[in-house]
Amino acid sequence: MGFPRLFIVTTVLGICQTAWTQSPTYGIGKSPSAEEIRAWDIAISPTGKELPPGHGTAKEGAALYVRKGCAACHGATGSSGGHAPTLISRHDLQAKPLVPCLAPCVNDSNAMAIHSPFATTIWDYINRGMPIGKEGTLTPNEVYALTAYLLSKNNVIKEDDVLDQQSLPKVKMPNRDGFALPPDWKPGEPRLQGYP
Amino acid sequence: MDSKKPNRRRFLKGSAALAGVAAGGVPLAKSQTPGTSDKKIDELIAYGDRSRFVTSKRFPVAERHSPDEFGLTFHVLAPLQDSVGIITPSSLFYTATHRGAFVPDIDPREHRLMIHGMVDRPLVFTMDELKRLPYVSRIHFVECLGNRARPTHKTVQETHGLTSCAEWTGVPLSLLLKEAGVQKAASWIVAEGAEEVKGASSIPLAKAMDDTLVCYAMNGEPIRPQQGFPLRLMVPGFEGIYQIKYLRRIKVVDRYYMTYDDYGHINPDPKTAALTHQIGPKSVITYPSGGQQLSGPGFYEISGLAWSGAGVIRSVELSADGGQSWKNAELRTPAFPMAHTRFGFHWNWDGKECVLMSRCTDELGTVQPTRADVAKYWNEPVDKVRVRGADNTVQPWRVASDGSVHNGLS
Repeated sequence: MGFPRLFIVTTVLGICQTAWTQSPTYGIGKSPSAEEIRAWDIAISPTGKELPPGHGTAKEGAALYVRKGCAACHGATGSSGGHAPTLISRHDLQAKPLVPCLAPCVNDSNAMAIHSPFATTIWDYINRGMPIGKEGTLTPNEVYALTAYLLSKNNVIKEDDVLDQQSLPKVKMPNRDGFALPPDWKPGEPRLQGYP
Repeated sequence: MDSKKPNRRRFLKGSAALAGVAAGGVPLAKSQTPGTSDKKIDELIAYGDRSRFVTSKRFPVAERHSPDEFGLTFHVLAPLQDSVGIITPSSLFYTATHRGAFVPDIDPREHRLMIHGMVDRPLVFTMDELKRLPYVSRIHFVECLGNRARPTHKTVQETHGLTSCAEWTGVPLSLLLKEAGVQKAASWIVAEGAEEVKGASSIPLAKAMDDTLVCYAMNGEPIRPQQGFPLRLMVPGFEGIYQIKYLRRIKVVDRYYMTYDDYGHINPDPKTAALTHQIGPKSVITYPSGGQQLSGPGFYEISGLAWSGAGVIRSVELSADGGQSWKNAELRTPAFPMAHTRFGFHWNWDGKECVLMSRCTDELGTVQPTRADVAKYWNEPVDKVRVRGADNTVQPWRVASDGSVHNGLS
């Protein structure tokens, strides 16, 4: 096969990797460019390693919350929308071990800023899923600011804290330890030993 | 030829009427007369319709307000009471979607699947390229974690309609991952859809490499838009949210990513977490079931479905006395792994009130529990037990002496 030699040549010459077919057994499929991967790589790890450069504060987020129309579904105070999930708890709650839900949950203890174990999950979801009808249009600065706003209003961070690539994954979330990972999955094993 | 048609029809009608008389006087209804369809003949030739006398249909889950206040969230129940065999017609297949993702209008020529992350060779495939690769067709059920019977439910469509079963065709994900070259430290994948909210789930790499499929066809045709056209991940036996529709990206990673969809299913209790991802052995009688009517004492073939997220169904037992005694039912279809399996049971109803139940055992020997079994496990009173994770408890149907059938949980 000519693959290894071709690989060396393209690597040495620095030729774009799309110049050769990638899949070793079938020779089907293309290699995406680094830019193509970056454009699609929106899943944010709890470590925050995929977070883009940018920054934002709760104050900036408060203005964006109005300007981007968040209040239309979540309510002016983030807790009285009635339709969309509660974003800002009306009470100074400690994390409660409740099961969250994805369908509109309009109860305080399901506020994501309180219940999510990682701040990255909030950033990720605002970035990919908001605002309704204009998903994916927010800039990184806007997503940092809106995340800071929700965390600040739920007393998880201070009002003047700046969130960015470094600080966001380090936010100590109240429910950080309030969940169990799914068990290691292996074929041919029951869900839970001893369960009827 | 055309001029002969009326004669032929008259002849058929005449002979059918005679046959009815000869068979003992059961009058043949007018509906056996061939009718006419509003559709033009070329439309009917191009894409067939079911009979206008067949009215089985889906409807949304009542508690979930579908469509919701935005008109967007859908959990739609399959009419299991009308089901036969193990294949759910694509038009009647249950559906549950993310906000705004009921029927995304995706041009398959524009659609791409990217595989990247902890791999040696990131890859992008067009639909045409995926279809050039070796494929398999397998029969698998899909079930929503929210598929749990409540006392307020009247019919099996309400108690169990968030599951369906189809033949899925596609490329094994393991083949694609091997082509990309998974790196040693990898342990999870994140699979993501192309719809508005880009729904994503973390899936164990072991499952991704075992039997997960990247599917482009369902029941012999391209996957329907409500089911993820043009590409859907099939993670056999796992709850519905893992079966990523409109699949556009698989990222190989080294940890649980806690996506929004993952977040929606977390639980503080490790045991509940363990019961939340894979579907346990489960069965339900579809005939006779809630809302149906027996015409009187005599012979009935009890029919139902059994399935397990852990593999094939080994056996199904039936009780006609509310669980006091159990007898083996017969499997009426091949038992495929992680697939609905049809069972049947000869039953002579004596006309007295009774409670019908089914329970199944899967290839691991795990037996479907009753609510009493679950209550005992969690040390809770049976009338107040909360079934954690995916609810796979035995469903009772109460047959009243007048032949009406009711939810035994009510």
